[in-house]
Amino acid sequence: MIRIENLETRLSGFNLHSINLSIEAGEFFILMGPTGAGKTVLLEAIAGLVPVRSGRILIGGKDVTRLPPEKRGIGIVYQDYVLFPHMTVMENIRYGLHFHRLGAEETEKRLKGLIGELELMHLVDRIPLNLSGGELQRVALARALMVKPAVLLLDEPLSALDPNFREDIRHGLERIHRSTNTTFLMVTHDFAEALSLGSRGAVMNNGRIEQAGRMEDIFQRPGTPFVADFVGMKNIFEAQFSGSRAVIGGMLEIDMGRQAQGDHGLIAIRPDDITIAREKILSNNKHLFKGTVAAIIDQGFYYEAHVQVGKITFKALVSKRSLFELRLFDGAEVFLSFEANSIHAL
Amino acid sequence: MTRREPFFWIMVWCGLVVMAFIVIPLVELMTAPSLSGLKETLNDNEVMRSIWLSIYTAGWAALASFILGTPLAYLLARKDFRGKRLVEGIIDLPIVIPHPVVGIAILGVVGKNHWIGRELAELGIRVMGSVTGIIVVLIFVGLPFYLHAAKEGFENISPRLEGVSRSLGASMPGTFFRITFPLAWRSMLVGIIMCAARAISEFGAVVVVAYHPMIAPVLIYERFEGYGLKYSQPVAVWLVLVCLILFFVLRFLTLPKKKKT
Repeated sequence: MIRIENLETRLSGFNLHSINLSIEAGEFFILMGPTGAGKTVLLEAIAGLVPVRSGRILIGGKDVTRLPPEKRGIGIVYQDYVLFPHMTVMENIRYGLHFHRLGAEETEKRLKGLIGELELMHLVDRIPLNLSGGELQRVALARALMVKPAVLLLDEPLSALDPNFREDIRHGLERIHRSTNTTFLMVTHDFAEALSLGSRGAVMNNGRIEQAGRMEDIFQRPGTPFVADFVGMKNIFEAQFSGSRAVIGGMLEIDMGRQAQGDHGLIAIRPDDITIAREKILSNNKHLFKGTVAAIIDQGFYYEAHVQVGKITFKALVSKRSLFELRLFDGAEVFLSFEANSIHAL
Repeated sequence: MTRREPFFWIMVWCGLVVMAFIVIPLVELMTAPSLSGLKETLNDNEVMRSIWLSIYTAGWAALASFILGTPLAYLLARKDFRGKRLVEGIIDLPIVIPHPVVGIAILGVVGKNHWIGRELAELGIRVMGSVTGIIVVLIFVGLPFYLHAAKEGFENISPRLEGVSRSLGASMPGTFFRITFPLAWRSMLVGIIMCAARAISEFGAVVVVAYHPMIAPVLIYERFEGYGLKYSQPVAVWLVLVCLILFFVLRFLTLPKKKKT
């Protein structure tokens, strides 16, 4: 549906570099990445709102790279809603109809459908100024969907909303995606959102695509150190491989339970896959290392314990409760363990 | 109650001096002529003609600035390009150039010694000593004020609004007239009034290009030179009133918008 080939933008500051991306028709595709990675710029390039230096954008097989935005049939919904402030909700929703000729019957049908689906009936005569975030976002969605775009671009549509609204609109998005044939491309920072909505996705960094693929693959099998770190794999080590064994830091030997490719590379372990104990637990399928607590960092709902094993620092997640139960403190001697299948070779 | 520091009283005192400096001469001017004198001035055809000519020429200058200036103001608000700062500098030039010099500079271009002047003569357009000439001069001095106000108005409108409009199918002109213009009209109107106010108060540049037909400031100057202060004051009062009307409309338009409930 969307094919992007070697896309580069032509902006004065930040730019996209050789973006290649392929999104299937009807897919719910997720775009992730840190702030400033270029996610919004990529959306705007697809919509035709930023100048392109080179490369191609194809929508449904048609090259739209040089087409103006109004000829592309792509809707866009921003985080800050961007409703037309001088129009009522109804005028906002109907705005696109000035440029898309529809029969009266079809217009009524679509309007009724969207207003019902997004629960906007009581708002139609209001002006955007006094609406809540959730209401504004629903109006923005209705306005974009009214003209039945082939592709809907969503730039962090949920991140400015209250958590309870967010849930509602997320379900709304899911429903709408199912009921329309529209391809969704959504930027989000929220992993829970990404995993629950997206079938496939991509991680961007510094104007480039780091990894694209199925959501499970991105989270379970990150392809680059950046993606691993981004999806929360905080333990990334250089390793020498021999057979199924990996040696990290020149001293710790880990059996990965499978053959590694090449003789050296990177391995990664999620901090929530590492267990900390005060006593040595005997178990044959687990890796067990003795180390010293180097730091305990408050992360809000949980703590991140840094455990020094030789020259290597492992980062492990610890709940508040186990922090007390284990009596962890800086300098405490602990045993950490993880299973072979939680080791990811990058 | 805390004791005010001397510094506070210095600020208050300076403020009062500034207020007095502006208000006293104006109050004196407005109250000097008798009511009957003011009424009599209204029956003076020469005065009325000059005031109407002032309003008429300033109005045309503002309209021309609006038509010519809006696309440039929009361009400057939306696009970054090489030489943009130079363009912005050029726009400000008419503000810093001494007014008689503006008149002389324009005469240099529209006279017989310049090809533009010869072209204009060919077309039968006379600038020197004509209403056209006055309007040309007033556009020159008023345009920067319109450009600034309109540009600021455009800058305050998120480009995303226009982007969304385009994505919904509106062409660039369609977007301008449906989204940008309705949201920026207030700034544009402020710009038009600023431009007109600047134009109506111009004297130095106009007097060089067109002493006749006489706009109000030139007439005031002539009466002052020929008959003295007493005879120039009533005309001045009427001109000030016209300016004050513009001023109040401007203040009203730029009031912070009340939130609609």
